[in-house]
Amino acid sequence: MPVINAYMPALLMLALATGFALFTVVASRLIGPYRPTREKNMPYECGIEPVGSANDRFSVKFYLVAMLFIIFDIEAVFLYPWAVAFRELRLFGLIEMLVFVALLLVGYIYVWKKGALEWD
Amino acid sequence: MIHLLDNMLIRAAVQGLMIISIMLGCVTFLVWTERKVAGHIQLRIGPERVGPFGLLQTIADVIKLFMKEDITPSSANKVLYTIAPMLAVIPPMTSFAVVPVWSQFALADFNIGILWVLAFTSLSVYAIVLAGWSSNSKYSTLGGLRATAQMISYELAMGLSILPILMWSGTLSLREIVLLQQRHLWNIAVLPFGPIAFLLFLICAIAETNRAPFDLPEAEAELVAGFATEYSSMKWSFFFLGEYAAIMTGCAVATSLFLGGWGGPFVDQVPLLGIVYFVAKVFALIFVFMWVRWTFPRFRYDQLMGFGWKFLLPATLGTLVLGAICMTVFPGFYHQFYGR
Repeated sequence: MPVINAYMPALLMLALATGFALFTVVASRLIGPYRPTREKNMPYECGIEPVGSANDRFSVKFYLVAMLFIIFDIEAVFLYPWAVAFRELRLFGLIEMLVFVALLLVGYIYVWKKGALEWD
Repeated sequence: MIHLLDNMLIRAAVQGLMIISIMLGCVTFLVWTERKVAGHIQLRIGPERVGPFGLLQTIADVIKLFMKEDITPSSANKVLYTIAPMLAVIPPMTSFAVVPVWSQFALADFNIGILWVLAFTSLSVYAIVLAGWSSNSKYSTLGGLRATAQMISYELAMGLSILPILMWSGTLSLREIVLLQQRHLWNIAVLPFGPIAFLLFLICAIAETNRAPFDLPEAEAELVAGFATEYSSMKWSFFFLGEYAAIMTGCAVATSLFLGGWGGPFVDQVPLLGIVYFVAKVFALIFVFMWVRWTFPRFRYDQLMGFGWKFLLPATLGTLVLGAICMTVFPGFYHQFYGR
């Protein structure tokens, strides 16, 4: 079976799930009532009029987490092909991986010592 | 050739629709189960008025949600606000496509099934980012930010926690991983890394679906309803539908990776038994999810992030190194006890 055919059912599933989601959202809009008022359409803020914008500045911690995630996720991606080929690589693969993880560990300890993993 | 392709596509479409319908049916059943389990854990009886044993309770709730008004805040980004809940539902359903349900059936069977699952699981974080940001409400923004940081942190550990199994199996195809477990032992029994990896994967899967004790994104005590504060009607229910669909997919993947998928006694003689085993294992795992949710108290946010980065990440990497060293140093042990 050609490779592209093997992916077709999965892509079809993506289309079906999207279709289901679209259908349900549209159907619920059509079935339910629609009577917007100014007060009803205000963002919720415990009953008072909203003060200021919601898209305000937020803690830099979240950016840090996102950056760390990207770095470590790329490391994980590198480990995938290695893991699959491990049985053929044997000792060479093990040493290669230990070097890689050791390098990763240096960065990890640096990040930890710098306090990037603390939340206070 | 075109004729053949058409037939294949039509068959796949019918099967896909069947999977989606079965998943929806299971979700309604799971919501009922969750409420019953919660009730009995807390010495209550749970829903019991609508239908026998309250079985129709969820269906009544869905009808109610359909009849509710769909409110979009006037300051929201309307397009993203509508797309976000859909993105909560689409990824878990799509990633279920590659899970082999029994020896004769997996909707899509290709050699990188695990990557497909991981790729789509990671997409569901967009639902929460976009829901939190597009609502333009302070509670939603804060809840969305928290949830995003949590999900990406635990996604990292989840990706790493299955690496020992891939190392052991030497393939990314879910079907082949299941078949290997039938010829040898279940992956959870491969000492010393199998049980550890299973436990770590389960923890990450619970955190990925934002369930207690990792349910800070909702955090109803402080952030109203987190990223879902402004949502109503079916759009709101999509986040729950997505959560339960993600639980099902997560448990199905965990079953295939660690618990032998559809394998079990006499499955070679009576292949249909495979479905029974598969469903039984998946539901047993789902019950564990519910049990955990109603037993453990919620983490504090700094504890949550600390656990993810300072414990889970080194633990998953350590399991990987441990597995690699054991497999290289003691090949005789594995050959003798696991036949590999």
